[in-house]
Amino acid sequence: MISRADARLGVMAATVAAIILVVSTILAAGGYNAPHALSALWDGAFGSVYAVLSATLVRATPLMFVGLAVGLAFRAGVLNIGAEGQLLAGAAAAVAVGLAVHGLPRVVALPLVLAAGSLAGAAWAGVAGWLKLRFGVLEVISTLMLNFVATYLVSWLVRGPLQEPTRVYPQTVELSATVRLPQLIDGHRVHFGFVLAVGLAVAVWWILARTAAGFRIRAIGAGPSAAQSAGGIDPSRTAIVVFLFSGALAGLGGASEATGVTFALYEGLSPGYGYSAIAVALLARLHPLGIILSALLFGALEAGAAAMQRDANVPSVLAVVVEAMLVLGVLAFNRVRSSGRQA
Amino acid sequence: MSSVVGEFLQASVRTATPLALAAYGELVAERAGVINLGLEGAMIAGAFGALVGAGAGGAGAGFLVAVLAGAATAALMAMVVVWLRADAVIAGTAVTLLALGLTGTLYRALYGVQGAALSVPTIAPILVPGVSQLPLLGRVLFEQPVVTYALYVVAAGLWWWMTRTHGGLALRAVGERPVAAAAAGISPVRVRAWALVFGGAMGGLAGGVLVLAQVGTFAEGMSAGRGFIAIAIVVLGRWSPAGVAGAALLFGAASQLQYVFQSLGWPVPYQLFLALPYVLTLLVLAGTQRRNAAPAALGIALTEEAR
Repeated sequence: MISRADARLGVMAATVAAIILVVSTILAAGGYNAPHALSALWDGAFGSVYAVLSATLVRATPLMFVGLAVGLAFRAGVLNIGAEGQLLAGAAAAVAVGLAVHGLPRVVALPLVLAAGSLAGAAWAGVAGWLKLRFGVLEVISTLMLNFVATYLVSWLVRGPLQEPTRVYPQTVELSATVRLPQLIDGHRVHFGFVLAVGLAVAVWWILARTAAGFRIRAIGAGPSAAQSAGGIDPSRTAIVVFLFSGALAGLGGASEATGVTFALYEGLSPGYGYSAIAVALLARLHPLGIILSALLFGALEAGAAAMQRDANVPSVLAVVVEAMLVLGVLAFNRVRSSGRQA
Repeated sequence: MSSVVGEFLQASVRTATPLALAAYGELVAERAGVINLGLEGAMIAGAFGALVGAGAGGAGAGFLVAVLAGAATAALMAMVVVWLRADAVIAGTAVTLLALGLTGTLYRALYGVQGAALSVPTIAPILVPGVSQLPLLGRVLFEQPVVTYALYVVAAGLWWWMTRTHGGLALRAVGERPVAAAAAGISPVRVRAWALVFGGAMGGLAGGVLVLAQVGTFAEGMSAGRGFIAIAIVVLGRWSPAGVAGAALLFGAASQLQYVFQSLGWPVPYQLFLALPYVLTLLVLAGTQRRNAAPAALGIALTEEAR
């Protein structure tokens, strides 16, 4: 007789073993020096003050924003897989506004830019929310479609209306200093967006755990019809509010990335943060404070993987393999659906 | 018909072929009630499998390995979603990420960072005697690589199977009312698992087509969202075999239209054409009444009594 706790430990052990097996098989198949690669991974993530402050925390910041966006939506049973598109919409709006208001003082300009990013993200998610509310369109499909529309929109913007004046490079001009997020520590790349993301994680946690709105969100996530009949909650109204906030968080993540890291809009601005977000949120079991930790873990993993590619020539996409296996492991661990729907 | 229009249509059919193959796979999975977002992963796995297989044993082996690789990703998906009853959306995203990561890593590990020079010969179009001489659409439909002809067979076969056989009825029953299907002696678990594996195999074949009939080499992430497009095609095609054919052609034509506008020198941004099919899908979804074309149990996990 196997107890439930034993089974869960077994799944955890099996996941870790599978990850180690796959990673070492790949390292062996490619003829890489495994100890060298793993030490490069560690050094790239935690090996120095520079690694932590200029790589790991910088990578963790957008993951925290989008992880929160996805986590909040999933808690309400809203399957928003459009964080990537909402992040891109936010980054595009932030850069567009940033280019327009750079003459204003920073205390005015920067909040405007961040607000534009959140609003654009909320609007992008709002399209999917409205389609669901008004026409019953499944948000899984609509948010996915909108990711592609956002990708092509950015591609057009940086080759059309927002392209730099020489028209050579598919990107905007660099944002001026008044619309850049301040660095937290001189000489290190970690910026104010990190503090903002952590603050938002605490705020989302507080809202979910301690407020009536948070209760409504958790209730419709647990079962929309029960929430409606027993709790007097309007599930579709709550869901659309969650959709808008989720989009705003992802959009703010895009604005933070554009004003804190890239300082310009270009096509490869997000290496799929919106998809990694699902892994970030899920590993934290959708808990906002847990998302801080899982975003840090994934930030470290991606920073380390980049260093591993640089120093040991091991492809950095290996990090994606580890991420995906972690998600599948967590799914097996939970054996519970997050959406709460059953036929 | 002018040769410009003929060439445009022929290229549209060529571009639509991998999209339609993957979409027919997804159609079967969705009619059984599972959205397989791992289809993109099946496609990239198929593309990589095609490169490995063709390198070892020619185009035939390439297609075989492509199908097997796609089916393997779907088997993983089936295990997590049908057996462990995990959320299909999350699991599908993870399977896609896993396949993108694994193929990217293995490609560079096995062939080196400069692997771009690696190429395999693409299969040539075959002119079907007789029908290709038909006016208007003869050359459009019948001067294509052999996989396009396989697609015609699959499309017709699936329509017949889904509407005219017990197996097809069982598939649709599981997608609509899994509990009732189980009561009638059908195993929803088995049907959904096999539907997923079939869908993955078709996705893998589609990936193989990209490498062996179109590009002639592999590149990281070369599926470039085509697996997701295939999902959109199923929705746009209102979950019917004929609708899927039409929607796939539309997507194929939309991505060819940018070249037409370029050659005509019309200053329309090409991104518009690339985004158009997605916008169109959303409009069609909004324009059609509340989900009534979608299988009733789509995206809904099986309960105890349906197992």
